[in-house]
Amino acid sequence: MTVREIKQQLGLFLCWGDEKLEHKVTGGYVGDLLSDVMANSKAGNVWITMQTHVNIVAVAVLKELAAIIIVNGRHPAEETLKKAAEEKVPILSSTLSAFDVAGRLYFLGVGKARADAERIPD
Amino acid sequence: MSASFSRSFTIEGRDFLNAGRASTQIKTILKELSVDPAIIRRVAIASYEAEMNVVMYATRAKLKFTMSASAINLEIDDEGPGIPDITLAMQEGYSTATSQMRELGFGAGMGLPNMKKNSDEFVIESAVSKGTRLTMTIYIN
Repeated sequence: MTVREIKQQLGLFLCWGDEKLEHKVTGGYVGDLLSDVMANSKAGNVWITMQTHVNIVAVAVLKELAAIIIVNGRHPAEETLKKAAEEKVPILSSTLSAFDVAGRLYFLGVGKARADAERIPD
Repeated sequence: MSASFSRSFTIEGRDFLNAGRASTQIKTILKELSVDPAIIRRVAIASYEAEMNVVMYATRAKLKFTMSASAINLEIDDEGPGIPDITLAMQEGYSTATSQMRELGFGAGMGLPNMKKNSDEFVIESAVSKGTRLTMTIYIN
């Protein structure tokens, strides 16, 4: 699934995304601690977060994340949008919570392959 | 071709707007040199965490990036408050970040442990009221 398809399926608001919306999303990561996201997110993930400040863009660039989804109706700061445009990092927002965005992404099959692979047999 | 490639960056304390710039540039260089993506990821994490520590705690620092045929070296030498207890600072979850920094998602106490985890060699030296010097080496092969 691409960033554009996720935007449409979840009804996300596109804060910045003139480019790179056709990138394939490999899964997702939820986190508000930047070091945690640096350590544990994977390339091509969408990053679901409440953080809106400019430093989220550098994390997304360094980890080659597909997009940032800001939740709970928050909006990125002005300098965040400016940096996102410079670095070409799509930023989307939603009024949903992180739990609901992640849940809907799973429902759409994003991250499902990994969940299946890691399922503990009962 | 010279045996090693080197580049220096200046990082200013409190400059949150440009934080991550040195790491992003280093990453671009490594990609252009077709370094293994797994190595690039480790260098990016190590340099980003070091850069953020300078932005959060120090006055300024010089980051020297060196690459030879066998290793990548990051040397971050800051003018800053220094670390009184390095063993404590190296503990996961320990942080001296302010509540304001924590609200921004910093101060998880993962910075120094993440740097160590992603380096093959990690050396930290610090003098209180003077500064901290970090040397991290990541082998290429």
